[in-house]
This record gives sequence, C-alpha cells and structure tokens, in this order.
Amino acid sequence: LSATPEIPKEDGRPKWDNKFQYILSCIGFAVGLGNVWRFPYLCQIHGGGAFLIPYFIALLFEGIPLLHLELALGQYLRKGSIGAWNTISPYLAGVGVGSWMVSILVSLYYNTVLTWVMWYFINSFQEPLPWSVCPLNENRTGFNEECYESTAVNYFWYRKTLNITPDIAESGTLQWWLILCLAACWAIVYLCTIRGIETTGKAIYVTAIFPYLVLTIFLIQGLTLPGATEGLIYLFTPNLNTLKNPRVWLDAATQIFFSLSLAFGGLIAFASYNPTKNDCEKDAVTVAIVNSMTSLYASIPVFSVLGFKATTAYWDCLDRNIISIINEFDLPEESIMRQNYTSWISFLNSSYPEKIAALKLKSCDLQEFLDQSVSGTGLAFIVFTQAIILMPGSQAWAILFFIMLFSLGLSSMFGNIEGVFTPLLELQIIPKSAPKELLSGVICLISFIIALSFTLGSGSYWIDIFDRYAGSVPLLVIAFFEVIGVVYIYKIKRFSKDVEWMTGRKLNLYWQIAWRFISPLLLLSVFMAFVTLQMQKPPSYTAWNPKYEGFPMKEEKVYPPWVQAICVLLAALPCVCVPLVALFHLIKQKCGSKDPSFVPPEVFSCQAANS
Amino acid sequence: MLRTLLLTLFVVAIAHAELCKPDAQNAFKVRISIKTALGDNAYAWDANEEYLFKAMVAFAMRRYSSKSTTQISNVLLCNVTDRVSFWFVVTDSSKNVTTVPGSEVEAAIRMNRNRINNAFLLSDKTLQFLKITSTLSPPVEPSTPVWLIVFGVVLCLIVAGIVFLVVSGIQKHKKKNKESTERENLEEKVEVTLENGIPCEALDLKAGHINGVFAADDERFTSL
Repeated sequence: LSATPEIPKEDGRPKWDNKFQYILSCIGFAVGLGNVWRFPYLCQIHGGGAFLIPYFIALLFEGIPLLHLELALGQYLRKGSIGAWNTISPYLAGVGVGSWMVSILVSLYYNTVLTWVMWYFINSFQEPLPWSVCPLNENRTGFNEECYESTAVNYFWYRKTLNITPDIAESGTLQWWLILCLAACWAIVYLCTIRGIETTGKAIYVTAIFPYLVLTIFLIQGLTLPGATEGLIYLFTPNLNTLKNPRVWLDAATQIFFSLSLAFGGLIAFASYNPTKNDCEKDAVTVAIVNSMTSLYASIPVFSVLGFKATTAYWDCLDRNIISIINEFDLPEESIMRQNYTSWISFLNSSYPEKIAALKLKSCDLQEFLDQSVSGTGLAFIVFTQAIILMPGSQAWAILFFIMLFSLGLSSMFGNIEGVFTPLLELQIIPKSAPKELLSGVICLISFIIALSFTLGSGSYWIDIFDRYAGSVPLLVIAFFEVIGVVYIYKIKRFSKDVEWMTGRKLNLYWQIAWRFISPLLLLSVFMAFVTLQMQKPPSYTAWNPKYEGFPMKEEKVYPPWVQAICVLLAALPCVCVPLVALFHLIKQKCGSKDPSFVPPEVFSCQAANS
Repeated sequence: MLRTLLLTLFVVAIAHAELCKPDAQNAFKVRISIKTALGDNAYAWDANEEYLFKAMVAFAMRRYSSKSTTQISNVLLCNVTDRVSFWFVVTDSSKNVTTVPGSEVEAAIRMNRNRINNAFLLSDKTLQFLKITSTLSPPVEPSTPVWLIVFGVVLCLIVAGIVFLVVSGIQKHKKKNKESTERENLEEKVEVTLENGIPCEALDLKAGHINGVFAADDERFTSL
C-alpha cells in the first residue's frame, strides 16, 4: 500500500534554531487560554483536589500517548499533516485534510477572542477603568438603565465591547472598534508567522515565557489579598464523592485532549522541522507535563483572586445591611461591625421583628459568593475585571492581565496557523519562486475578511457555536482515525521500529499497550459519551436581552433550525473529509489513472520510484 | 416684664416644636456619617457643629434669595440622634410662625451644596439631605478617546515590524538571486576553460608541433 520514504539528508526544509525553540513552540501551542479559564473552573465544580485524579489518569492514558504519536509521526515523515497522512496511506489523506480544516475554523474564531483581549488591553490605560463606572443616561439624572440593572462590568462587556443583539438571528451591524482590533490582531499574527517557523521561533521566546512571569506576579499579589485563602481552600478541598459522577471523567478526558491541542496538525508540522534523530518520547512527556503543571499553577492566582472577589462581595453585602440597620434605628456609626453583625441581627430580630422584615435585608453567605463559578470569557472579561477594579493600582494589573492572555492566545495561534501554512506550502499552492511571505499574507488576509463576520452584533453567539461544534467533535474523530491509522494501517511494528530508530532506544511496553488498545478505546468512549450528552438536550444558548423580564439574568433560547444545520455542518465537515478523500482516491485508482497519487510528485520523490 | 418674657419664650418654644418635628411640612432630614468619611480624624458632633450647620443653611438661604433677612435663629434643628441624624426647618422671619417652602430650601441647598459639604469636610454621600438629590457630575471625556491613541501606537509598531520584515525578506531574496546568478556565471566561465579537458590558453600557447614519429611512419606505408 505504501513504501517507506527515504529521508534525504539536505532537503532545504526550514529547521528550528535549537531544540529549546521547538519545545517552547509545542508548549506555547498547548498552553492557551483554556489553561487559565477552563481548568480552574472544572477543578472547582468537580470536587476540587479530587478532580486531579481523573485528570492525571486521562493524561497518562490519553494525553501523553497521543502526543507522542503525533510528534513521532511528524518528525519521522518530515511533512505537514496532509503530506504525512498521504505518506502513511493515500486513503488516509482525509485525516490530514480534516485536521487542516479544523485548524482553519479554529484560527478564525480564536483570533476574534484575541481581538476582545486586545480591546480590553487598550482600554486599560484610562483612569478610572471604563468598566468600573456606569455612564450617565441622556438627561444626566441617573445612570444608564441597562448598566444600572446589571453591573458596570457586564455593561462594558455586553454593550460597549460586543454590542450584542438579543438573538442570534439578529445580526446587528459591524462594530467598527472591533474591526480595528481584529485588523491589528491579524497584523500581529502575520508579523509573527510571516516566514513560518523562522519568525515564530523568535516570537515564541516572548509569547511563551511572558505568561509565566505574569502568573507569578499575580500569584504573589493574589496571595496577599484578603480572602485569598478562602478561595484556595474552596478550590482544593477534595470531595471524593464527585468521582462517582461519570460526567467528571468525561470532562477530565476532554480537558486533557483539547488542552494539549491534539489532532490540529500543528504539532505534526512543528515536529516535521526537527532533525530525525531526536528524542520525541522525552519531548512528548515534557510538553504534556509542563502543560498540566501550568494549568495547576495558573489556578492558584485565579482562585486567590476569585476568593478575594467573593470576600469583598460578602463584605459589601454585610456593609449594606449594616448601613440599612443603622439608618433605620438611628444607631451611632460603627456600633455594628461585621464581627458582631450576627449577634445584633438576632437581638434586633427578637425585639423589632417587623422593622427588620420591612428592611428586606439580603442574606449574606460567603459560600454563595464562592459558588458563583464561571469559565471562559465570563471569567476573564466579567469576573476578573471586576476583581481588578478592587485592587490598588488597577490599571497596571489590568494591563498585565490582558497582555498575559494575549500572549497565551498568540502562541496557540502560531500552532494553528502552522497547521494551515505547512500543508499549503507543501501542496505548492503558490509557485516555488514566490516568497513565503506571500502565502502567509494571503492566509491572514482571507482569514481577516471571513472573521469580520464575528464582529457583528451576534458575533459572540457564533463564536460559541464554532467553539462547541467545530473545535470539539471533529478533533475526537480525527484523533481516533490517527491512532487507528498508525497502529493498524501503518502497522505498529513498523512504527515502533521507526520510533526506536529516532530515539535510539527500545520502545517501552507502555506505549505499545496505550497505542494499541487503551487510547483508541478511550477516544471512542469519550466520543460516544460526548455526542450522547450533546444530543440529550436541544442545542440552546443564553442571550443577553435587556428587555427580558428576568434581566440581568440571561435568557435561555433555542437555536433556530438554520443555525442548527450550520452547527451540524461545522461538526460534520472535517469528519466527513476522512471517508470522502478515501473514496476519491479509490475512484481515481479504479479509473486506471497512471499517476501514483493526486499529490504533486515533489512530495514523493522516492515514492514514485518505489510504488 | 419677666413674666411676659417667659411667656414669649414659651410660646416660641411651642411654635418651634410645632414647626420642627419629623415629617413636618417643609422639614428635611439630614444624615451625617463622620466616621465613614474621616476615619481616625473624625470630630464629634456637638452643639458647636450644630451651630455651624445652622449658619451654613442660613448662608445658603441668603445666597439663594439674595435678601439678607434669614438669621441663624431662623434655622431650627430637632430630633438629633446618635447616628448622627436630625431634622431641620427654616422659618420665615417676616411672616409669623411659618416655614420657608421646601422647594426654596431645596434649591438653596442644591446651589450651595459644595460649600456646605466642604465646611464639614464631608461629601454628598456622607452628608445626606434625604429628600434632596444631588446632581451627578458628568464624567470627564477627553477629546480623543484614550484607547484610540493606544491603538494607534500599537498599530504603528506592528506596521513598522511588518514593513521591516518584508523589506529584509525582499533584500535577502534579491541577494540570493544575485548570488546564484553570479555563481552560475562563474561556473560557466570555469566550464568553458575546462570543457575540453585542456585549458584553452595552453592549447593556444602550444604552436603547431610536428610529431616526428608519425611523420616517419607515413613514409613506411607503401603507396598503392
């Protein structure tokens, strides 16, 4: 079916300046926004420290084996995703095409998230921060109504940033400020990826290391804030009962899978620029462990800050109640403090129950405030920004925080773009004489134009759709076919020999077992469970509707049928590539075409001679 | 004489008590939070502070209506609590035992709110006139929004970087092309001189040389 390609000595392929650059690029690709805003949330809702058990089991049996597989594949075959899978078997080229498609779809919406980060960043240079105060209404008699009913932070996010429409069917208009930021973001991506790994290799030193610096600064600051310890205790207190819920195991498996950025083709591309005699086994273990450690490390400052925010909200609640009581009973100031609040309340309740009832005091419970868990954009742009207002020197903290988020996202974008760029370079879409800068420019320009649709009023709803459907199920399918393809079509014995040739030592039994049985089974069960869970309830979303009666709660709405069709399309398109391309190749063979494959001959200089 | 004086005082006191009481007509409740505003530098609320308050209200009334008839004695305070909160009314000295309409008092206080606050080192929130809303100050809006300036700086840096990289790429490309064409020319020249395996100069330099051996052999052949 296929022949072993010979690896030419000097093939003019770009290569990493040094090993550290390569490792850093892989780590930067894996470590992204999800490490900061998804992992701590999962830890919190799934029983704190107890979540680490399914997390590390998934890392051991799913994350590390799949990572090793991809890195070894790219390093040995020295081609991007489409070329590599074509080499394994022309019938499996669809796996590469599927990866390539997912990389495109994810790049489109991921950079728009970075646009929002950039918007917040450039707004952090003002005093006071624009999300800390509500604007006045037209006749200056009070605050803007939408802002007053929700909070200033919510208003800035939903109205001033997104200018969100109440329904996904209403597209709204293009937001010019977001278009400016989007252009700047794609310009930055172009600047860094202009010559492929030549330029990303230099940029990665900054974008991969800077977030760790900022996380450390936030860690030190976070631990000094009042209420930080409550937050940390809440996060890490293990509750082993949650492990009985299969949902926890599913979340751990999916988190590891998506966190390591597997099946995008970017890792294969990165590894293909390596010298072949490189220890890919050690690299895989290193990258996976650093990624998980980063998630843990990031959750400490995140939860210190969230604990601080909850404590401050709790104190505010108490203070508001105290003021009401003091004003009602005309007691001297500072007679009721937070410490003796409960004793005073019980005393007053027994003596003047009607007066206390008339005050309508809110019950203040610290646990309730700690329980308000958010993940994703809500964590970064609503909860964290609110906490930053409360810190002294908020501008500096805001600037640091948003630069950190931007670096995290940018280093992941490098991997995504590389997953798009390398296969196109190998397929020689542009003539060889044209410079690489042209191809990267064209990719960035086309992506920018398509991503303009995310700057509409309904843009954030669409990004949620892309995130839930294009960036989830197809990856699981592609990874499954990756493992099956390498183990059963390329044959595990041959692959083991290749890896042994590269690393210079015998392959551990652990890898054999993981690749042959555990990882495919795990992927299959995760895929089934994931799809079943998605199918259980009709796909719905929460909309920000100021006219909703429950405002400021978000309104739960169901997707209209045409949107549901797009969701299915997004999920199915990359997956369907796998059988489609195989079918296409089968038909081509049957039609008696003398060409060995549909890929240009340069990719298979020795293939043509051998087949 | 003394009896009439006592009687007038008694009547005035009753009248005052009638005019100034909680929820009386044209009366306003004031709530002061000194400890919240000043913390450790808080002063105690005593009769002197009350005197200052009456003076400030009288001042406000004078400034507002620009007639100098309001006296400190026209301002009546009552129901002072530990909170510190109290009620006050402003009586009209020209008319007998009546209070100045609430709207006038409100307008006067609003006009001079800043002066009154500053006299007590307090703010709108810590010196509250419960029925009088304060006008909200408009936020300071710079002519160009700050974010646009920052964005401009960021964009300039990015464009400069891209231009630099593209130009250096083009230069490298040109240099590589020039180098490769130079190398090709060099190789051609070298090839020409070595094409026949013998340097052409050597061939040129060598004059025609008759090889005696062959010349001799020619004569040995019998002619046919």
